[in-house]
Amino acid sequence: MTAVNEIPLATSAPTGHGHLKRDLIGLAIISLFAVLGYLVFPNNLALLTRIIAILLLVLSLDLVTGYCGVATLGHAALFGSGAYAAGIAAVHFGITEPITMVVIGAAAGAVAGLLSGAIILRGHGLSQLVLSIAIIHLFHEAANKASTYTGGSDGLSGIAPDAVFGLFQFDLWGRTAYIFGIVLLLVVFMLLRQLVQSPFGMLCRGIKEDPVRISAMGASVRGTLLKMYTISGAVAGVGGALTAISTQVVGLDSLSFTMSAEALVMLVLGGTGSLYGAFIGTFVFMFFEDFVSAANPFHWLTLVGALLIAVVLCAPRGIYGTVVERLPSLWRRRS
Amino acid sequence: MSADFVFEVDNLEKNFGGLAVTRNVTLAMRPGDRVALIGPNGAGKTTFVNLVTGHLKPDSGKVRLGGNDVTHFKPTQRVHHGLVRSFQVTRLFLDMTPEEHIALAILQRSGKSGRMAGNYISHPGMLFEVDELLSTLGLTAMRHMKVREIAYGQQRLLEIALAMALRPKVLLLDEPAAGVPQSDTGRIEEALSKLPGDLAVLMIEHDMDLVFRFAKRVIVLAAGEIIFDGSPTDVTRDPRVREAYLGSYGHDRNVA
Repeated sequence: MTAVNEIPLATSAPTGHGHLKRDLIGLAIISLFAVLGYLVFPNNLALLTRIIAILLLVLSLDLVTGYCGVATLGHAALFGSGAYAAGIAAVHFGITEPITMVVIGAAAGAVAGLLSGAIILRGHGLSQLVLSIAIIHLFHEAANKASTYTGGSDGLSGIAPDAVFGLFQFDLWGRTAYIFGIVLLLVVFMLLRQLVQSPFGMLCRGIKEDPVRISAMGASVRGTLLKMYTISGAVAGVGGALTAISTQVVGLDSLSFTMSAEALVMLVLGGTGSLYGAFIGTFVFMFFEDFVSAANPFHWLTLVGALLIAVVLCAPRGIYGTVVERLPSLWRRRS
Repeated sequence: MSADFVFEVDNLEKNFGGLAVTRNVTLAMRPGDRVALIGPNGAGKTTFVNLVTGHLKPDSGKVRLGGNDVTHFKPTQRVHHGLVRSFQVTRLFLDMTPEEHIALAILQRSGKSGRMAGNYISHPGMLFEVDELLSTLGLTAMRHMKVREIAYGQQRLLEIALAMALRPKVLLLDEPAAGVPQSDTGRIEEALSKLPGDLAVLMIEHDMDLVFRFAKRVIVLAAGEIIFDGSPTDVTRDPRVREAYLGSYGHDRNVA
């Protein structure tokens, strides 16, 4: 075997320790950007908080699409369920403690995830996509009709969360909401990095690549995917609860097909199956949308479309995926 | 049937519409058996495998594993009862490494694949077992490479390693040497010779040299029926087997 001598040099051994180191670096970079965002855009904290909430949705979508290979255009159903649950708890049941609201949002998102997973996972490929579209429309319509609780098309307003730990009031500038969101994001991100590297995460990646092989190993494909869908729902629910807390209103748009589709676009833009791609995709898309729509309110959608086409054609694995793929060869050329 | 059979198939029947693809198939294997299942194209070998693994339901008949009737078990339950198969065309996770493949199989076998914390590397005894399996099959050098980057022959070896990691009692090998260049079949054969002594192996294979070297017993399937069950030395002399493979040149008169 001639290959024996050369191959181990080319690939470094991934160890548990190495993963942890990389994630700590990731965590540090995210924290750095969080501080930068706070300092550079002190008047735009509401937008940044919204980006964090959407990012939680995109991360949650990455769990089922990037790690399990489930195609869905109905993921906002999970996000919106979390937002409405947290909002309804606050408005109709007087539960205004923000952390409790987040827990309620996560629970409602998990239930919505379980429910929509149970339906979507019955299909494959195109039928899966169609089922997911049907689900988002059903959720949307249910929220629209149950106006006693949801406020229907007027939206659910009057959400007044308490101070965090009774100390930090949600202020007009959105500082508390922003920091609250960042802390939620960092906690969720660390938990998800653990999850995707765990045996369960490995099983999910296996299912994405070949479900037949996984069942030949004796593992339940449907059961595993349903678990992941439920977890994904909890993450999206946290994002939903964060919008309810930070904007103090919940509208039907949080349960819309448009939001589901945009989440998928952001994920594809950044790159699937790494969690880091979700960060990049969400920030690029949201900033691009914000700046371009301010610069040119009439043609900004055209420009978003052009950006998408450019990324999909030039970087089919998304921005993060492509950089990671090309970086080693660029590095080698340098040295 | 006596209890020392680890794998039994009784009068298995399957029809697709009017077409009988499995007809009254009965066979039994003991631990350590090395059996080859051969037959011309369309003989019903794949259907038979699917009936045994549970991906198809038989119209009648029984499948038993270690004396337990598993006829109505789902495929995954049969795996838990010790029936493992390999695939004719490799079914591997292209973006995962051989090490991850084996680790996943070991985790699955020990019921830990659903754990949501920790890393497979931190599981006690895991790396030792992975090392052992990979070195048995000569895959140590590429343990951290993505499967899509390793040669097809090595993928076939990994397929065998994966089956072994599940520690089956009965192993169905679906053409383990299919698609492997002639120069590499030796490696596959070597791997097969290292399979545990108490494992019952049923190999479906077209490569007759491999069949004759590996199997102590040969079963020939033609048109859904077992037409021969005996030693490798007798199989080539059997007139029904010759007819199934060579056609009925000798019976032209009957046709006319």
